[in-house]
Amino acid sequence: MANVNLNPNDGNNPFARTPQEIKRKRIELGAQFTFLMMTMALVIPMLWIMWDLAYRASDVLSYTYMVIGVGCVGLLIPYFLIEAAKRNEHKRKLFMGLAIAILAGISIWIVCITVFNMDNGGFDFLTLNPKKRMTAGGVWAPLIGTFLLVLLSLVISAPIGILAGVYLSEFANDNWFTRIINLAVVNLAGVPSIVHGLFGVGAFVYFMDMGRSLLAASSTVAVMTLPVIITSTKEALTSVPQSFRAACWNMGATKWQTIRTLVLPNSINGILTGVILQVARAAGETAPILFTGALYYKKIADTGFDSFVPYGLEDRFMALSYHLFTVATQVQDVPESFQFGTAVVLIGMVLMVNSISIGFRIYLRARKRW
Amino acid sequence: MNQNETTQLTGDLATDAPAAVKVHHESSLPISSDIHISFDNVSVKYGSDVALQPFDMQIKRNEIFGIIGPANAGKTTLLKSINRTLDFIPSAKVSGSVKVNGQDVSAIRGRRVHQLRRHIGMVFPLPVGLPLSVYENVAYAPRRAGMHDRRVLDELVEKCLRQAMLWDEVKDRLDMLGTKLSGGQQQRLTIARALSHQPEILCLDEFSIAIDPVTTMKIEDVLLELKQELTIVLVTNLVQQARRLADNTAFFNKSELIEFGPTEKIFSEPEQQITLDYVMGDFG
Ligand SMILES: Nc1ncnc2c1ncn2[C@@H]1O[C@H](COP(=O)(O)OP(=O)(O)O)[C@@H](O)[C@H]1O
Ligand SMILES: [Mg+2]
Repeated sequence: MANVNLNPNDGNNPFARTPQEIKRKRIELGAQFTFLMMTMALVIPMLWIMWDLAYRASDVLSYTYMVIGVGCVGLLIPYFLIEAAKRNEHKRKLFMGLAIAILAGISIWIVCITVFNMDNGGFDFLTLNPKKRMTAGGVWAPLIGTFLLVLLSLVISAPIGILAGVYLSEFANDNWFTRIINLAVVNLAGVPSIVHGLFGVGAFVYFMDMGRSLLAASSTVAVMTLPVIITSTKEALTSVPQSFRAACWNMGATKWQTIRTLVLPNSINGILTGVILQVARAAGETAPILFTGALYYKKIADTGFDSFVPYGLEDRFMALSYHLFTVATQVQDVPESFQFGTAVVLIGMVLMVNSISIGFRIYLRARKRW
Repeated sequence: MNQNETTQLTGDLATDAPAAVKVHHESSLPISSDIHISFDNVSVKYGSDVALQPFDMQIKRNEIFGIIGPANAGKTTLLKSINRTLDFIPSAKVSGSVKVNGQDVSAIRGRRVHQLRRHIGMVFPLPVGLPLSVYENVAYAPRRAGMHDRRVLDELVEKCLRQAMLWDEVKDRLDMLGTKLSGGQQQRLTIARALSHQPEILCLDEFSIAIDPVTTMKIEDVLLELKQELTIVLVTNLVQQARRLADNTAFFNKSELIEFGPTEKIFSEPEQQITLDYVMGDFG
């Protein structure tokens, strides 16, 4: 063999850096730095906006912030302590004791300030209905409206979407009909929500004669979320390797047995993650409910069972996203903290749902089975 | 009771063949019960690509039938045509008739197909551990066939794992995930699964790729024992393995059946020169 020397400055150190290596390293660092700057350009304005929103809403939500903040810290610290206790044999008792002490302390503290602080607002913004042409009170009526809307649309779209996804990915033959359906699903996912809103007016409000109602609005939102639920279901199913199915078929299992015993149990987390993300999207949308059932203002019961189910299927309803539009642009003399407070509650709802989905995904990764 | 059901269904496959077919066999082939699988003018295409050109071949009951040949000769396709899993490949087209126990498999309709597949154990080259416990991996097929008696299942799982030479390694951790076993162990788990539905035919497709040589030899011994109860179709790219085990051997090349016959004859004085080249190793 010819003596090829790839290492010009070798001498006695075989691991000395070559000029090519130094150059490559420099390019890598440059790329890393660019990516970091891009990320920062996105994240910093986001954080700043969130901070500004939260700050301006603090008049009405300060108590909520405090409870959530203290609650998070109060749950996270004991969580890490318990994890540490699992790993550390000697100090297990100490860690567990600390965790319990912190939990107890924080719950006592929350109870105390709740009792003594009732007059200072407390959760009023969340639990009171809008009053005095929306310049006082809180956001309970729209909050529960959005909750019911999302729940109902989920009841409609989740079963249809999941079953359609299972059919399309597991049973449908690859023919022109299936291809058209798949194409339609992909394209529907990109249709603007206002178009879905108009479709809802035509299909549900007039053609199916539901009138402007919670049911019509929920159906519209369901139709809007359906394509993405179908797509994410299909994705979750295809993430289960084909070889597992083939192995079951070779043993004489039917398609449905294979799906029930092997494919669904191993993709259900992925499917639910997709569904939950769509819930978050549904909560924030205004356009699809604008013409199909959302209402500017509706007086509902302040207390009791009726305040939890204030709208029937046939009734029109208030929703957070529409309420935000109203207090921000349509009514005069609304305190600034009310406007920003409504926005924060809406974002908080979406974030909460998203964090459930993130939790799901962490759980999913933890019990990855192949 | 459920076990009865399974065996009874298996029996049905043999006896429920259309009357015409039976008569045909009784008159022209008086010892037809000796032939377990027969290929009559079978050919397979994927779209317009020919994977198997028309061929005739018979596999006898309780023999080990070796199939050798270079890659892409159509060996795997041939196995898939027996248990009708080519159905799952939309582009695949089979013509001619594959007969198991005298019944044309393409004539089987509805749920009978699943009974056919239970009648045949399949092991493919890549190890597949299902994401279930080791126990449930092996109990999967019996459960799907309706067997739920825990005691019977326990016995069956142990028997199959022993036959696949895996029992000693997993007997203390039957609840471990099948996917977390090593490659070779997963392959033996696959063999145990193929035996779990008590097939009458066992098809092994290059089963020993992922298994160490010592264990392979042990499994080969088991195969020789299993021959008493089963018909074994052994696709292998180790020609010596076919020589050691097979009673009859077929040689496939470029989607064509070159010849088949008694193993000794194929390995010493085959009719085609190319067969000799292949078994002697100067192929190419
Ligand atoms: N699912 C498939 N779709 C299309 N062609 C295939 C498929 N499976 C196998 N083939 C083709 O059929 C031929 C035979 O393949 P195979 O039966 O796997 O051969 P072997 O097992 O002898 O290596 C090959 O040319 C291969 O490319
Ligand atoms: Mg092959």
